[in-house]
Amino acid sequence: MLSIRRIKRLFLYEIVRGLALTFMYMFRRKVTINYPYEKGPLSPRSRGEHALRRYPNGEERCIACKLCEAICPAQAITIESEPREDGSRRTTRYDLDMTKCIYCGLCQEACPVDAIVEGPNFEYATETHEELIYNKERLLANGDRWEAEIAANLDADARYR
Amino acid sequence: MPKLIINGHEIEVAAGASVLQACEQMGIEVPHFCYHDKLSVPASCRMCLVEVEKTPKPVASCGLPAADGMVVHTDSPMVLKARRGVMELLLINHPLDCPICDQGGECDLQDQAVAYGSDHSRYAEAKRAVADKELGPIVKTVMTRCIHCTRCVRFADEIAGTPELGGVFRGEHLEIGNFGGGPLTSELSGNLVDVCPVGALTSKPYAFRARPWELQKTESVDVMDAVGCNIRIDTRGNEVMRILPRLNDDINEAWINDKTRHACDGLKLQRLDQPYMRVDGKLRPASWPEAFAAIAARLKTASAERVAALAGDLVDCESMFALKQLMLALEVPHLDCRQDGATYDMTARAGYIFNSGIAGIEQADAILLIGTNPRHEGTLVNARIRKRWLRGGLRVASIGAAADLTYPHRRIGGSPSAIRDLINGRDAFAKTLLAAKNPMVIVGAGALARPDGAALQALARELAEKFNMVRPDWNGFNVLQRAASRVGGLDIGFVPQAYGLGTRGILEAASSGKMEVVYLLGADEIDMDRLGNAFVIYQGHHGDKGAHRADVILPGAAYTEKDGIYVNTEGRPQLAKQATFPPGEAREDWKIIRALSETVGKTLPYDTLTQLRARLIEACPVIGAMGRLTKAEWKPFGHAGQVAVQPFEPVIANFYMTDPISRVSPTMAKCVTEIQRRDVPEAAE
Repeated sequence: MLSIRRIKRLFLYEIVRGLALTFMYMFRRKVTINYPYEKGPLSPRSRGEHALRRYPNGEERCIACKLCEAICPAQAITIESEPREDGSRRTTRYDLDMTKCIYCGLCQEACPVDAIVEGPNFEYATETHEELIYNKERLLANGDRWEAEIAANLDADARYR
Repeated sequence: MPKLIINGHEIEVAAGASVLQACEQMGIEVPHFCYHDKLSVPASCRMCLVEVEKTPKPVASCGLPAADGMVVHTDSPMVLKARRGVMELLLINHPLDCPICDQGGECDLQDQAVAYGSDHSRYAEAKRAVADKELGPIVKTVMTRCIHCTRCVRFADEIAGTPELGGVFRGEHLEIGNFGGGPLTSELSGNLVDVCPVGALTSKPYAFRARPWELQKTESVDVMDAVGCNIRIDTRGNEVMRILPRLNDDINEAWINDKTRHACDGLKLQRLDQPYMRVDGKLRPASWPEAFAAIAARLKTASAERVAALAGDLVDCESMFALKQLMLALEVPHLDCRQDGATYDMTARAGYIFNSGIAGIEQADAILLIGTNPRHEGTLVNARIRKRWLRGGLRVASIGAAADLTYPHRRIGGSPSAIRDLINGRDAFAKTLLAAKNPMVIVGAGALARPDGAALQALARELAEKFNMVRPDWNGFNVLQRAASRVGGLDIGFVPQAYGLGTRGILEAASSGKMEVVYLLGADEIDMDRLGNAFVIYQGHHGDKGAHRADVILPGAAYTEKDGIYVNTEGRPQLAKQATFPPGEAREDWKIIRALSETVGKTLPYDTLTQLRARLIEACPVIGAMGRLTKAEWKPFGHAGQVAVQPFEPVIANFYMTDPISRVSPTMAKCVTEIQRRDVPEAAE
């Protein structure tokens, strides 16, 4: 009895179909990119490496309200604060353990002054654990380096808030 | 006893109670700002509005006495709308700076705005700003945040008795401040921070240091004076961040003094964190076994007659008891817990405690102060006398140095002869005392510390008996002790054993070279120069006078770092709880003594604090009545004798620095320079 199944098997139908698909993709646009020389698009809301921002006049934004520390579900943030010489409320210590962080973004949601943000950078892998425990200096330096991108992202996202 | 109906439930309240108190009694929360349990009622914030049937408008419940048949609603639409309106008005001029405000997280306005306020603001006009006021080293001001509840003004007027705060201008322009300028002079000024419902008055030493939600709270007892104020120690990690009062109507009500509150920053400085030994005249770090071995060697060679032990002012009962047992095992008779050198008679407990109880002051109608300034020696006792005076019908007289006690009092004289005059009826106040229903005498521990203390004690007892102060239902004989450890030490019997010497005798013997070993358990207030060439063991927590003189230093724990029993001046034992750990190698004091006893070869029979306490309570049952007052039996005490003629001296020269902790506290140092310097005339420079 010549069933359709046997005819298909005789003419190697599945193999032909499979190879046809393969050849089809040879002429389509490539989806792989030559990372790290090429990069994919990022949403303005992407949550990458943290940064502490400054105001345009160079004053640090963080006012040590400790809301980020309170809301952090991974308890990755440690803050100590006292009055600065001019009497303003500032942190003396702002530590962020990047290996505890779960990148939920609640810290930037909680921040009343947009000081702590998760910037677009995701390429900060290190060889040691210690290097991933960020202090205030490191976070402020991140902010200085990424300010243009962070500001643009916040701007792009502002109308959805 | 009026009966009223609140939200459909009937309740009976005490006559004179307000509707707000009736609601609180039922467990119904009525939001309020200006109303405070312990202050007068101005009914000015209007937040506590409730609806009372048959009244056309909502009424402020804090100022409305509960009346029979009243029908009250606290959650009707009218009430909710009224509260939302009041909140909107309060927030018009309140800045939106909660993230930088120290009150954030424990702010009445913040909480109530969330619970009862509107979700948005309709106010787009300019907000007002108010210049901050300088209130000294304790209170920081951000007057723009003030909502004019006047709690601070009423506290300063009524409780503290230093009416330095007030409001000027009207309506929109009202400002609260101290318009005389300069720092607040009250010893109770720290409480302004507690009564302020918003962030207008916040704690200056604590400014920006922590948030309430990250603090660990430990309920404990204060040791800065003998009142035994109930406190809450707030810690973060191993650091004491602040100390707050805990409500106890029998002792401190809702208040504590500034030393109790702010001396805690001295706990971080000049701490003894490892044992030291004097080698070639210099103190060098040592290990525990080395230190113990050195002590054991000295104790073995010295005869028991030439060994003495003194306990200081901040020591808990357990360690005093352990040290006493160790010394008795070594057959040492020279013990004393009264480093002020007092020699009064302690055979009767009634002779050295505050028999009426601090709450008992409210029943007194005539008070005689002898050789004491309660404002400095027991600030909360003074606040209680003032509270009683405010109610009216109280007459106060004092024998001793002139002082501002915050209430009017007549100074009868400055020397003990005035007591004799009073007993003989030669002073007009004798008539007042005779006529009084509940007369009271408060004798200062500083007066009893004079060389003629025992005779003075007998004289005071004679006075108490003469004016009928001691009856089955009332005991008006009171001693206001100064040190937290004192009553406990006397109860335990940390006093000269048979033929033993007291503090004066020990110092006398030591300076003439008759003492070989002196064990100082936190004793810093004695004259170290008089210890001669004795081998001095200092066990304590701060590098104060005692540690400087010591030959061996055993680092102990401060009151926030150990569980301990303290007996206050009323004779009320209370538990102090451990909030942090002692620094470095330092250990709890009873453990040190227990470990030392093993090295000395007289091992004390307990391994845990529970076992030690069981022994302690067995030996001294009054200490087992935790938190309660035990009535002391009245029997003769004191030794009749000649009383010296010299006048009573003020015993506390510097209120802000009385012990090793407050002496190193930066905040207390600021209080001295900013508050006390002001009282001293310029000529002093």
